[in-house]
Amino acid sequence: MANVPAIEIRDLHKQFGSLKVLKGISLTACQGDIVAIIGGSGSGKSTLLRCINLLERPTSGEIAIQGEPYRMKDARHGGLEIADRRQVQRIRAHLGMVFQNFNLWPHRTVLENVIEVPIHVLGMKRDEAIHRAEELLNRVGLGSKKDIYPAVMSGGQQQRAAIARVLAVDPLAMLFDEPTSALDPELVGEVLSVIRDLAAEHRTMLLVTHEMAFARDVATHVVFLREGIIEEQGPPDQIFGDPRSPHLKQFISSVA
Amino acid sequence: MSDPQTLASLTRPSRTPMLTKLPGLLEPHRIILLLIFIVGLVAAIQLMDWSWLPRYLPKLWEGLQMTLIMLVSSVVVGFLIALPLGLAQVKGAWPLRWLATGFCTVIRGTPLLLQLWLFYFGLGALFGQFPEIRDSWAWDYLRQAWPYGFIALTVSFAAYQGEVMRGAFAGVPHGELEAAKAFGMSRRKVFSRVWFPRAVHRALPTLTGEIILQLKSTPLVATITVMDLYAVITQVRQTTYLTYEPLLFLVAVYLCLSGVLIVGLRWLENRVPQH
Ligand SMILES: Nc1ncnc2c1ncn2[C@@H]1O[C@H](COP(=O)(O)OP(=O)(O)O)[C@@H](O)[C@H]1O
Ligand SMILES: [Mg+2]
Repeated sequence: MANVPAIEIRDLHKQFGSLKVLKGISLTACQGDIVAIIGGSGSGKSTLLRCINLLERPTSGEIAIQGEPYRMKDARHGGLEIADRRQVQRIRAHLGMVFQNFNLWPHRTVLENVIEVPIHVLGMKRDEAIHRAEELLNRVGLGSKKDIYPAVMSGGQQQRAAIARVLAVDPLAMLFDEPTSALDPELVGEVLSVIRDLAAEHRTMLLVTHEMAFARDVATHVVFLREGIIEEQGPPDQIFGDPRSPHLKQFISSVA
Repeated sequence: MSDPQTLASLTRPSRTPMLTKLPGLLEPHRIILLLIFIVGLVAAIQLMDWSWLPRYLPKLWEGLQMTLIMLVSSVVVGFLIALPLGLAQVKGAWPLRWLATGFCTVIRGTPLLLQLWLFYFGLGALFGQFPEIRDSWAWDYLRQAWPYGFIALTVSFAAYQGEVMRGAFAGVPHGELEAAKAFGMSRRKVFSRVWFPRAVHRALPTLTGEIILQLKSTPLVATITVMDLYAVITQVRQTTYLTYEPLLFLVAVYLCLSGVLIVGLRWLENRVPQH
């Protein structure tokens, strides 16, 4: 079990119409790995992340979660399509995604947001779900906010609630897509510190971010994406301390 | 995002706002308006002829019931029809979308009075030509006027609300649906847990206005002999030869109904803050 990779991506291609966004990505994340994905805007970071839970359908390639490859079939007009919707839904429920814009459900209170998936997707008992959710909200510092609605919270609070919502499914792996990019600068720290705590627990995560110092700090592995290919990857000290590719050098100096 | 003051008032429904609003009622201009209202009321009671009122109370009560039945049934059934109408326009295959859009456009583009008469005189006469219908249990209802009033009001409400629901379904931010999908919800769950409640939530503010408009449309059924409150008042006027008193009474009742509806629906709306 321990040596089955949590996420394994092989030769992933994705194109939108004639626009080739991912051009052969292979990437493995083992349990406890914290993979930071960096790269310029439009390099395909979000698309890569969204292919992992099939929010985007790959054009070709294979993705396996915990050793179980998604069952796909050839689509009529090229590319792949989902062959087994149930399987995809089952796997998705264990891949928590944190979005740039939080995407909490505004018609539900914070607590209701957190218990929603455990109850209605995983079939957990309501009492148990509430009990766990309250614990998780305390953990992310929102214990006192559980009965308010997302619309009246700050961005930082909303993102922390979104992280609690993901933790509530006890995810195999967490997918973060620029979790702090939509936040006011003074709110970035509180979200990063929650993610740092999770990293310290060795939770598996893929983290797309522009926070280079943070990536260097928490990641076990860094991937530099450029124009749909992995141009360079390695341990953070090597990527940030001794970048080989001129593009990576340039990218690091431009965001630093 | 928002300041701490609104934050406090926007949490789960609390009963305090009603209390804090009370002093607001006692502002000078409010007091003056209140006085004018009381003077008017006293003058109306003293100077006008209300002797007919006790005699007609039972009939007025029946009329009010009919008005409320027409309002509530057409709003509830119309809303239920509006949901698929709105959904079909946003997500339906083209024949469905086309049908739904056509229905809403035609109904909203023609006078309710005309629809009412077409249903009553047209459909009513049509039904009467089929012995199968005439001999069936349904005829007991179909030869009365109120089913046609109900149908016309329902169809009208469905068309207006269908248009509102179209916008409400289309306007739910994509990211909220995507989050539901990303957590493994089936399409049906995404709909029942997020898309649908969010659309209704977004439609609520306009729903209040539509229901008030609907209330004000109900007197039209009096033109096809349904005995609603307005029809009863018309009868009162014809038998008592009084003009203003019955009409003033009508104004008061409709105002009260509107007021209750507005307060109730606002409360419902404010339970969940919008962005
Ligand atoms: N749904 C889509 N349809 C068409 N093009 C898209 C879509 N999503 C992303 N793209 C394009 O794919 C490229 C990569 O996008 P994205 O993965 O969002 O980049 P990043 O997250 O690295 O900024 C961009 O050129 C973007 O315009
Ligand atoms: Mg992106």
